[in-house]
Amino acid sequence: MSFIADPINFIARWLTAVLTGWGASASVTQLILFIISAGLLAMGPLVFTILLIWVERKIGGRFQDRLGPNRLGPWGIFQPIADMLKIFTKEYITPIGADKVPFNLAPILAVAAVLAVWAVIPLASTVYGVNLNVGAVYILAVGALGELGFIMAGLGSNNKYAMLGGFRVVANLISYEVPMVVILLIPIMFSGSLGMNDIASSQTTWNVFLAPLAALIFFITQIAENARAPFDLIEADSELVAGFNVEYSGLKFGFFYVADFLHSATAALVFSTLFLGGWRGPGAETYPVLGFVYLVIKSAIIYFAILHIRFTIPRFRIDQMMNFNWKFLTPLSLVVLVATAVLDKLVPIGQTLLRVGVMWAANLLIWLIADQIVKRVSKRQAVPEVAQPRPLARPPQVKTNDATGGEA
Amino acid sequence: MKLIFLLTALVTVGSAIATVSARKILHAALWLVLTLLGVAVLFALLEASFFAVVQVLVYIGAISILIIFAVMLSRSSLVDEGSQTHRRWWAVAIVLLAVVIAWVAALSLWPNWSTVSAALPAGAGDLATLGKQLVDPNGYLLPFELSSILLVAALVGAIYTAVEKKAGQA
Repeated sequence: MSFIADPINFIARWLTAVLTGWGASASVTQLILFIISAGLLAMGPLVFTILLIWVERKIGGRFQDRLGPNRLGPWGIFQPIADMLKIFTKEYITPIGADKVPFNLAPILAVAAVLAVWAVIPLASTVYGVNLNVGAVYILAVGALGELGFIMAGLGSNNKYAMLGGFRVVANLISYEVPMVVILLIPIMFSGSLGMNDIASSQTTWNVFLAPLAALIFFITQIAENARAPFDLIEADSELVAGFNVEYSGLKFGFFYVADFLHSATAALVFSTLFLGGWRGPGAETYPVLGFVYLVIKSAIIYFAILHIRFTIPRFRIDQMMNFNWKFLTPLSLVVLVATAVLDKLVPIGQTLLRVGVMWAANLLIWLIADQIVKRVSKRQAVPEVAQPRPLARPPQVKTNDATGGEA
Repeated sequence: MKLIFLLTALVTVGSAIATVSARKILHAALWLVLTLLGVAVLFALLEASFFAVVQVLVYIGAISILIIFAVMLSRSSLVDEGSQTHRRWWAVAIVLLAVVIAWVAALSLWPNWSTVSAALPAGAGDLATLGKQLVDPNGYLLPFELSSILLVAALVGAIYTAVEKKAGQA
């Protein structure tokens, strides 16, 4: 194996040889390698976030018909670095009456929970943090710790807006975890393993072809778990000032900021691993570095989709969000899970084309039925009329000929 | 390994004590999270990674957060004032100490006390075995189904208590 095909393992082997040459025992060498790789795996995403922030601001600018950052460096690419330096120098403010320990622990927990996900994602066929045999459940468990960080921020700040943001975090994240867990069972079922490596390497046909509806639901729940628009009720600026992080300043706010940007990139990475075959692609097994390139391309496409949704769809109301989850996504995901499980057993594994065809047909059927039910129900629920004639929000001095409007 | 175990045990027991002695109920809930995390680490030390992860997911991700949610819905700071100990706490302490001494004495008389159990063979933590045991009539099918009935009953009860009664119905 040469340097070009698999650089990370090449360096690791070289380092092992050097360390043993210096007379270090095998266990010490391994410990040193573990520490270096853990450090890299934790620091890499954090540095990568600087680029992500620029990408998101630039693309967001384009969506909103502006230029985005464009002053510092070519295409404003050094803008996030300047922002970062500025945020380092800002003052820390702890509000009076704040619960000190939860208040200060919350930003750390928020970032740590996102970074911890990277430990189980196979970046290439030979490069991964750890091949945990319960990787998929681990991702969910770590996500729960992140929720705890948001709650602690909301509660510890001694601020009503932060508190309301905290309420919404719990409602949002706990609810959307339900369809997420149900849908997560589908890739696990196809690969027969909970490990992320096995899930990635078992996808000779990408899971998105076998379970398109499941992939869509998983994508939606991931956006909701990130608390990204249109599910960003926890920081709805028009209602809550800034939500759970309203009392944070300086680097503590920066932590939440980083966690937010990193979370959506991580979500894209998890989605590509679970449904788009992860590092799989032509030649990825012989040249692991190609697998990394494929994973980055797939994740970039998903990340762009997340951004596209964020900048184009308006925010849900809280009741709409809850209804959407409990009355639509959860039943739908249960139906999809059962249908996929039954069809998976009925159609023999060898015939890929037949499997894909049957799965698509079943998913399409389920989607059409769900769509019809939603249409019927929404037709039945007429908008309640509060008074006759219907009161309109129109200033009384405006004169109209309409019987319902202002003083004529 | 032993050091990690001792540290974890110390943190777990310490935070458990803090859970029951914290004056703010919110702090108690957060200490409880730390206790449960300690238990998860113990599971991980026993190479039961599935249980470690499920412990975090269920107990911290669901139960603790729901406790905090319930606290948040009530008054903002439920602070316990006044004495936290019973009048006759010394009597309870004596009884408990006697029980613990008797228990440790009984355990040390047990011949298997000092035998170290063998390490698990590779692949023993296979989840498929666990899953099959849960739906095996000779395994744990009955407890499994019973617990699911219990959960359904709890769900029905929760819906019954939460449903809005229409006007005219008591």
